[in-house]
Amino acid sequence: MTNAILQYATVFMLSAFVGIEIISKVPSILHTPLMSGSNAIHGVILVGAMIILGSATTTVEEVLGFLAVILATLNVVGGFVVTDRMLELFKSKSPASRKAKSEGDAQ
Amino acid sequence: MSRGTLLDLIYLIAATTFIIALKGLGSPKRARMGNVVAAAGMTLAIVATFFHQTSDGHSLRHIPLILLGMFIGAIVAVPAARFMQITAMPQLVAIFNGVGGGAAALVSITEFVHIHAEKPATYVTLEVLLGVLIGTVSFSGSAIAYAKLQELMTGRPITYPGQQIINALFALTAVALIVIILITASTPLLWVLLAVSFVLGIIFVLPIGGADVPVLISLLNSFTGLAVAASGFTLGNNLLIVAGTLVGASGILLTRMMSAAMGRSLANVLFSAFGSVVASSSAEREDGRTVRSGTPEDIGVLLAYSGKVVIIPGYGLAVAQAQHVIRELADELEAKGVEVLYAIHPVAGRMPGHMNVLLAEANIPYEKLKEMDEANSELTTADVALVVGANDTVNPAAKTDPGSPIYGMPIINAGDAENVVFLKRSMRPGFAGVENDLLFDPKTVLLFGDAKDTLTKLLAAVKAS
Repeated sequence: MTNAILQYATVFMLSAFVGIEIISKVPSILHTPLMSGSNAIHGVILVGAMIILGSATTTVEEVLGFLAVILATLNVVGGFVVTDRMLELFKSKSPASRKAKSEGDAQ
Repeated sequence: MSRGTLLDLIYLIAATTFIIALKGLGSPKRARMGNVVAAAGMTLAIVATFFHQTSDGHSLRHIPLILLGMFIGAIVAVPAARFMQITAMPQLVAIFNGVGGGAAALVSITEFVHIHAEKPATYVTLEVLLGVLIGTVSFSGSAIAYAKLQELMTGRPITYPGQQIINALFALTAVALIVIILITASTPLLWVLLAVSFVLGIIFVLPIGGADVPVLISLLNSFTGLAVAASGFTLGNNLLIVAGTLVGASGILLTRMMSAAMGRSLANVLFSAFGSVVASSSAEREDGRTVRSGTPEDIGVLLAYSGKVVIIPGYGLAVAQAQHVIRELADELEAKGVEVLYAIHPVAGRMPGHMNVLLAEANIPYEKLKEMDEANSELTTADVALVVGANDTVNPAAKTDPGSPIYGMPIINAGDAENVVFLKRSMRPGFAGVENDLLFDPKTVLLFGDAKDTLTKLLAAVKAS
């Protein structure tokens, strides 16, 4: 056991408690946006993917790292855009500008 | 300040924005701000990572390749997220979550390959293996969840004899593999673990019925968070640990809140293969009970001369994209002096909040959307309960029939209204696969068809009366 692993374990424990505390009272209408928002946040794996690909020294690592960067980017970009689109619909008193949009695509 | 310290400082700022963002997302007023704050923190962290120094003191290699990967990811993700129909949101969340889990597993595998020659400490290997296991389960599980929601496969639970035992054996195999790899440090076995995790994700999700898939996605979302945290341990990166753990911990809590909204426990959601059997009470249904179906004209008159109408929307409204028509109908009724309210069941549609999002798109004012308890007290004085494409959420069997699989789920008491009007596509039972006795109630009138068509006809009938 090194000091580093204990330090990481400390960060882990504290983050776990913070994670539980901050979402204690969420109205049910926000369950889905919250899920989607936290989905975007774990897209931070992109940082890990960049480090992995940036440290790659063999072809195997390069291929795996490159795939990881693509998947992580999908997660982070898609996550934020979807959440934003969901929350956009919650602005209750906005002008009726996007009305015609979703007509005609039934089924 | 050294470059490394500065980078850590930026990561600390990013981690703080994630906490603020999650806090904001839990309140209606600050939700949008929360998402923007998180996106800003994420951008900051990603840009800063380009200045990362590898453990051997180099600057980041392969920067063009990184940029290319990001470009490919972005040009696929943005149009998919922007232009997908609003009803397909749950699937999108599933798929974006799955790829995140896949990325976390890949990061862990690659780091294992990278450091393998140096004989890493046991706990480092353990972190890698956990990252691979959890990330891969999340990846394949999300893929099946996507297929179920997108109706690429049946939404019904898929069960077979000995399923629980087989699943448990696979889980045990994964644990055993982890122990063996820890002892032998064998790389080939890592690929076996990868394969076992992949299958485990699939068989874990198969018995979960379509109506429960949102809860499942929330759980898999939490898994991906934990896989990211495991990668953070392996890479020694505090930002990944904080962000991954935040999502992992809050995700588990959110998952429990979502199952509680359905009146069930999480274990019940995951392991009961809910909705696979059409309830026992359905057998006695072949007794020739008849339903009463009405014409749009009759129902239009009924609505136009009511004092209070409570609209109960469900998934059928979303499928038919009928949110704008229903608003026009409500406007027309209100012009005739009818009070119109909307009763929103917490799990109506395919995700909690699905109906709110849909109705908000048609600019229906917030104040008219009533949550279940308030809606139920309004219904006792309502003249008409207009059920549009909902079924399970108004099924009285949840209160009266202990043999029913949805027994115990809180429902909207549509039957308390003077009259009940169902707009349905067919007599098929709802997503949970349970018959609805309310359909056979003498005060119930049915109007079959696509919700958008029937609502348009109703609108014409109301205008004419």
